Amino acid sequence: MTAAVDEVIPNMKSRLDPIVEKHRGKRGIAIPLLADVQKEVGYVAREAVEYVGEKLSISPAELFGVATFYAMFRFQPQGKYVVRLCRGTACHVQGSARVLDQLERSLGVHDGETTKDLMFTLQCVACLGCCSLAPVMMVNDEVHGRLTPEKAVQVLQRGVAP
Amino acid sequence: MNRTTVTIGLASCGIASGALPVARELERLLAGRGDVEIKRVGCIGCCYMEPLVGVVRDGRTWTYGRVDVDTLHRIIDEHLDKNVIVKDHLILTDGVEGEEKKDGSENPRMEKQVRIVLRNSGLIDPKNIDEYIARDGYRGLTKAIREMTRDEVIKEILDSGLRGRGGAGFPTGMKWRFARDAKGAEPNAKNPNGTDKYMVCNADEGDPGAFMDRSVLESDPHSVIEGMAIGAWAVGASHGVIYCRAEYPMAIEHLNIALTQARERGFLGGKILGDEDFSFDIYVKEGAGAFVCGEETALIASIEGQRGMPRPRPPFPANSGIWKKPTNINNVETWANVPWILTHGSTAFNAYGHGRSRGTKVFALAGKIKKGGLAEIPMGMSLREVIYDVAGGIENDRKFKAVQLGGPSGGCVPDSLLDTPVDYESINATGAIMGSGGMVVMDEDTCVVDVARFFLNFVQKESCGKCPFCRIGTKRMLEILERITQGKGVIEDLDNLISLAGQIRDGSLCGLGQTAPNPVLTTLKYFRDEYVAHIVDKKCPAKVCAPLIHYAVDGGRCIGCTRCTKACPVGAISGEVKKPHRIDDEVCVRCGLCRKNCPVSCISVE
Repeated sequence: MTAAVDEVIPNMKSRLDPIVEKHRGKRGIAIPLLADVQKEVGYVAREAVEYVGEKLSISPAELFGVATFYAMFRFQPQGKYVVRLCRGTACHVQGSARVLDQLERSLGVHDGETTKDLMFTLQCVACLGCCSLAPVMMVNDEVHGRLTPEKAVQVLQRGVAP
Repeated sequence: MNRTTVTIGLASCGIASGALPVARELERLLAGRGDVEIKRVGCIGCCYMEPLVGVVRDGRTWTYGRVDVDTLHRIIDEHLDKNVIVKDHLILTDGVEGEEKKDGSENPRMEKQVRIVLRNSGLIDPKNIDEYIARDGYRGLTKAIREMTRDEVIKEILDSGLRGRGGAGFPTGMKWRFARDAKGAEPNAKNPNGTDKYMVCNADEGDPGAFMDRSVLESDPHSVIEGMAIGAWAVGASHGVIYCRAEYPMAIEHLNIALTQARERGFLGGKILGDEDFSFDIYVKEGAGAFVCGEETALIASIEGQRGMPRPRPPFPANSGIWKKPTNINNVETWANVPWILTHGSTAFNAYGHGRSRGTKVFALAGKIKKGGLAEIPMGMSLREVIYDVAGGIENDRKFKAVQLGGPSGGCVPDSLLDTPVDYESINATGAIMGSGGMVVMDEDTCVVDVARFFLNFVQKESCGKCPFCRIGTKRMLEILERITQGKGVIEDLDNLISLAGQIRDGSLCGLGQTAPNPVLTTLKYFRDEYVAHIVDKKCPAKVCAPLIHYAVDGGRCIGCTRCTKACPVGAISGEVKKPHRIDDEVCVRCGLCRKNCPVSCISVE
């Protein structure tokens, strides 16, 4: 098991062991444990879940059951820029569907996918809570409001410019 | 010259509008000036005017809107140094739209508000407990512990008429009483029913279109913490949990700072304010993204680290909640009311309101309105007043069509019912619900069938899957709505929608399923014509549903400027320079960019 982990992600054992120790002996840890794994590895990697599960005597099925329930967890590596497009009510009414169409066309990926060069991940989210500035998207931690299809693409182009 | 304070709003909406560069410039410009203090505040709710900068001098306040770096220079040069007000950016004087208001409108946004929950938002630095204390902060908790009995505190909340602001509207005082009466472990002299109990703040604001909880947590986190401490003291609880969405990183940061400060001052921890029998502490639990976790039993499952699925009640959380301990759950806005009620008394709170709905309600105003943002209005104000006075009316003076209340559990209220007063019972009677206070206004360019489809898509994705009626029924409803918006609907679909809606409502365990059909039912009730237009005429009256609309160039008016060709993302437009262009309907994706870029408005949509 350990060898498999190290093959997929280098130095995984030394990176995951502190996480295991942090959560050992506590109850109700599945969500923060998975969040820590995701933070360290970049996504919820199967090998990493099996590794920490074995160390903490939690079955991988239980951990994956929790991970797949919540929107926060991802199962593939993400791009350098994560584009979270708000698809809440206010954004919908203000035309976020057209922003999504345009982003999908310009990046060549659909909702939930990552570009081949690992630069952009496009993700639709329920509501970012900036409804008065609709339509809104977040690029990594930065919020951009009052979008139009053109403006959304310009924001991404600015992001990759040197 | 007297000392001056310059405030800058740095809540999420401010930052999204570009407040950070303004804040950096402000610090650079005022560095080393002893006569001016900079204060980083939260949100006063005028999101439509962000970034906001305030000047506080001689006991008066001037608030400037849409401030960029250039405007900031003007504010400093003219207002700070020459005492000349920058009139073209001024939006509020002393917190209200006074004679110097900018747009000359007759409908004041702030004067109609009663700010109890938002009493400190945008006025204090949320990272500084002293500013909260200076505005009566922790006085309610002190009064409860030093001057009142536990029963008196619960009675005060009951008398105030405060009801759950998360949507259901259950009386808060009754909830507390159930939790106090529930038998728990670790009793002490003053709490014979035990202290091993949980007080929870539901900050899993998942309702798309509502953002008041985010704003309160970002702008005034201590009001929630103090509310929870008062509740914990009355109920006899020693554990506190704030379950906050991970999508709100600033709220979580501000909460954690506030919790540390409250512990340092002895408002949390052991023997609070010298009471030997009262120990209480709070930690923040980050949600992981699931709308259903707003439901109490699902939220408890999530706090315990499981899949957030609801379970049947009874047992109610008051008797068996987190780790089977007695648990009381209220939402952010409810908690923020509590300290004010203790400080000012239940009578003062009760003075506002209508029928069985007392106090105020914070609404998140969004959609096709002029003045989006947060507004706290006394219960009983009509929807018309909220939309036309507080929210400034419809954007671009288009025609009002409907207002969506209560998010995915709510419904659309039409023009004919705009005089409905804002209270739990009156809004329920329309088929919508008060919900958490999301108010999304739609104009004639919004398609209600598309909005119904939008909400069904949301609940269908967020259904936890436990109850078949919710899991499968919402999927079938969504499929029908998708057919209708694609022009493939049949008239029997409408009866099928109503029949499915009834089954889902009756066959679901929790609020998500029980209320999931509401957006469809209310739009069918008030806008049946639009459904029929989609099905029979194959037309979308609002011109939103892509398969039912077609773009065309008016050859007679087209000047052949080629701007549309350049704007079209899919190359659907052809034509030579200075000759009429045409749109290939097969290729066209109905994005509308050509129409927007046409200088002579010769592109029509039918």
